[in-house]
Amino acid sequence: MQGRLEDALFYCIMTKNKVKNALRQGSRTAWPICLGYFPIGLALGVLAQQAGIPWWAVALMSLLVFAGSAQFICVAMLTSGASLAAIIFTTFVVNLRHTLMSSALAVYLIGVPRRFLALFAYGITDESFAVNMVRFRSGEWDRWKALVVNHLANLVWLMATVTGSLVGQFVPRGAFGIDYALTGMFICLLVFQLQGRIYLITAMIAALVSVCWYLLIPGDSYIVGASVCAATAGYFIQRRYRSRK
Amino acid sequence: MTFSEYLLLFAGMGAVTYLPRALPLIYLAHKKMPQWLIDWLGLIPVAVLSALLAPSLFSATPDRHLDLGRPELLVALPTLLFALKTRSLGGTVLLGMLLYWLAGLYF
Repeated sequence: MQGRLEDALFYCIMTKNKVKNALRQGSRTAWPICLGYFPIGLALGVLAQQAGIPWWAVALMSLLVFAGSAQFICVAMLTSGASLAAIIFTTFVVNLRHTLMSSALAVYLIGVPRRFLALFAYGITDESFAVNMVRFRSGEWDRWKALVVNHLANLVWLMATVTGSLVGQFVPRGAFGIDYALTGMFICLLVFQLQGRIYLITAMIAALVSVCWYLLIPGDSYIVGASVCAATAGYFIQRRYRSRK
Repeated sequence: MTFSEYLLLFAGMGAVTYLPRALPLIYLAHKKMPQWLIDWLGLIPVAVLSALLAPSLFSATPDRHLDLGRPELLVALPTLLFALKTRSLGGTVLLGMLLYWLAGLYF
């Protein structure tokens, strides 16, 4: 009896430590994302306020649609009087790239319960994906820490967008380089991914193809199109190089 | 717009945001993936980020013309060097914003 109690106690302490550890390491990894999200979320809130969208609608949007670029497009489309169906369809197209990210994450989440995956998937964004992939690849990561990263980022995003919509009227346009926060984040996340020559080559192919695609073909197909082309080209280059060795 | 119109819009957007994130993960995590797929997926992160970033640096959004002298691109170079040197996400974001702000003031 006593032994079982001790076991239970021991298990409790272990779980508590594990949770604490996941929270600590997850938040340490998430804070730079949050730092980047804050100005972007503010900017989105400001734009939404200027478009006449009430703060509670901004909160509802950030909660149901945790997808920065789609939210910016939604605000712009609402301003220009687009239909709801058009906005939803555009959101779908813009977010299709996440099927690629979701598939890439699956490599590190083999056999994980579906319930966890359903919760985890909600928070897969460009930023959390990039950071979690680097950590997973280095082997120092587990799914709980990744979950903390996803959901902390979402919480900060929610607060930032609502704050932006509340203080929107006091913020001048383009102040403090807010428009560059997302670009700055992408630059650094790209640098994190450059872990060898094949990654650099793939990045350069993706840059070249995406710019050409963007210039020639209207719409947002350039993101998924160029990613698939570049990853495929990179894969064959890697295979060729390996077989020569 | 009324509350129910907003709810309808955001629920629709939410569904088309969530499903592409959830379905591949839930499906593939319980499948045995072939090695070529794992290798290919390993190159996806770098490819997606590069494809998201490059057009915003080399071309203005509304008219889509190639332009190599945009402040976005000029600011990206020191920001990239800073990121390579420090590997700090927060610092890179702040430096990029600062430089872009200064570029807007002086150009």
